[in-house]
Amino acid sequence: MTITLETITVASAHEAMQKGEYTPLQLAHAFLDEAKKQNPDMNAYLEFYDDIEAQAKIASDLFASGKAGMLTGIPVAVKDNILVKGKIASGASKILVNHVATYDATVITKLKAQGAILLGRTNMDEFAMGSTTENSAFGVTKNPSDTTRVAGGTSGGSAAAVAMRGALVALGSDTGGSVRLPASFCGLVGLKPTYGAVSRYGLMATASSLDQIGTLAHTVTEARELFQAIKGHDTLDSTSMSDELTKEVSQKSKLRIGVPRKFVDTPGLSQDVRDAFLSTLEHFKKEGHEVVDIELPYLKYALPTYYIINPAEISANLARYDGIRYGYSSESDNLREVYFNSRGEGFGEEVKRRILLGTYILSAGYYDAYYNKANSLREVIRDDFSKAFASVDVIATPTAPTAAYKIGEKSSDPLAMYLGDIFTVTANVAGLPALSVPMGETVDGGKRLSLGIQLMANMCHEELLFQAGSIVETAWQHQ
Amino acid sequence: MLKLKQEDIDNLAALARITLTEKEKTALLPTLESIISYVGEISEVVTEDRPSKVGVVKNVLREDVQTRGSGEYTDAVLKNAPLTEDGYVKVKQIF
Repeated sequence: MTITLETITVASAHEAMQKGEYTPLQLAHAFLDEAKKQNPDMNAYLEFYDDIEAQAKIASDLFASGKAGMLTGIPVAVKDNILVKGKIASGASKILVNHVATYDATVITKLKAQGAILLGRTNMDEFAMGSTTENSAFGVTKNPSDTTRVAGGTSGGSAAAVAMRGALVALGSDTGGSVRLPASFCGLVGLKPTYGAVSRYGLMATASSLDQIGTLAHTVTEARELFQAIKGHDTLDSTSMSDELTKEVSQKSKLRIGVPRKFVDTPGLSQDVRDAFLSTLEHFKKEGHEVVDIELPYLKYALPTYYIINPAEISANLARYDGIRYGYSSESDNLREVYFNSRGEGFGEEVKRRILLGTYILSAGYYDAYYNKANSLREVIRDDFSKAFASVDVIATPTAPTAAYKIGEKSSDPLAMYLGDIFTVTANVAGLPALSVPMGETVDGGKRLSLGIQLMANMCHEELLFQAGSIVETAWQHQ
Repeated sequence: MLKLKQEDIDNLAALARITLTEKEKTALLPTLESIISYVGEISEVVTEDRPSKVGVVKNVLREDVQTRGSGEYTDAVLKNAPLTEDGYVKVKQIF
């Protein structure tokens, strides 16, 4: 049987392998062949793993013994900051270029146990800092819809891999929108789970109080299936939530969707995004759901709050890269120079900028004005959301103010790039789950570019996001 | 807008243990100025002083016991180190 990569889903692949229509190895090779064909143009993958046959054998055995689950034999792409034992994990940084992971991240342990097939590691912004994957030490990842445009970031490689049908689903990580933004730019569904729902063990730390591993897929159902395969309490992650807290909530017959209009009406919002967003809200109403305006007065401070907490935590977390224990080490005469030169030569420009920013923010004299103030505001923003979720089930905003932009368009102005994260950082600041779902398209230069809607829910209410996301998905597919 | 001097950049780089080239310093200065000015907007927001509270997610620590076999990861970990000797990570002279 031929494998049609354009229409295949996790469920259809599962059924076909269950019936023996094709084997996990055949499926993996179908995706790998496509990925290898397109990768020279897209630069989605940094490496294809060389043990596909051994992995496929495990999956086949699980099918043969009747122990196969939904993820068995499913080809998955893995972001380069998630550790896979024995494989290089570089965080797309020169400073870790030859770093071999000594253990599996918990999400990888879970996927391996279910017989998922890890195809390779994907490109990203160095140490997950950026919005476009232009900050990779290994070149930009291109948007499969238009190769003159960015795929979004920081999980741009994972998004491009799935969008170009070079993997069925992918793992990314999301510190301020790094799963949702590339999902929006590449026409995919991207989930950032509740902080603590998925173990961070084996995820390279960027900003520990904001980081979460998330999922990328073509459909809401598949993003949910991958999420269910990786979630759960983990004693190896000290901020992991108990399974009791993350228990699934029931879907609702009628959703109340809150829209923070004043916040959404930012000057940078493009007309295409505004139109698609408003027509999606109309669709919710047509389907019998309620759309109400809400006020989140402190939400406008989420972005500056984020860009204080993020570099502060980065400057502390990245102190570990010193040229002594792993990675790139500069030839220098004494220990002090090894530190200075390894970091100077090994880190890229954006990483240096964030470390210096964090150092400034955390220095004596500024600590209270910036870091403590940001933490106070974080609590106030959390309160804003708590109040809102007392009366609505889901909060909707666009995922990004614009469609994917041209490569190089914002790379010389970091602040302009940061402003593109305005809608997504809110969920990380408050620890909430958020889902980006394609809500429409715009045409630019003859190329169709995807636009995403962001849905946010209260902590551990991912199920309501999947419900709302499916409604958006149906609306968009039926247009 | 906040103004930084070249010495400020030198000082931050020294604190963060990063060598910067002259070109990098020149490029970083205006971007740090604009970002710090932007995030500094929050200092004008009047909020009550709200120390971070322990929410539903909190650090949970385990007992201080050995969870892995002795030497189980030593070889794999040392393979990543640029300089090693006799099962130790080796560093350049300190002074």
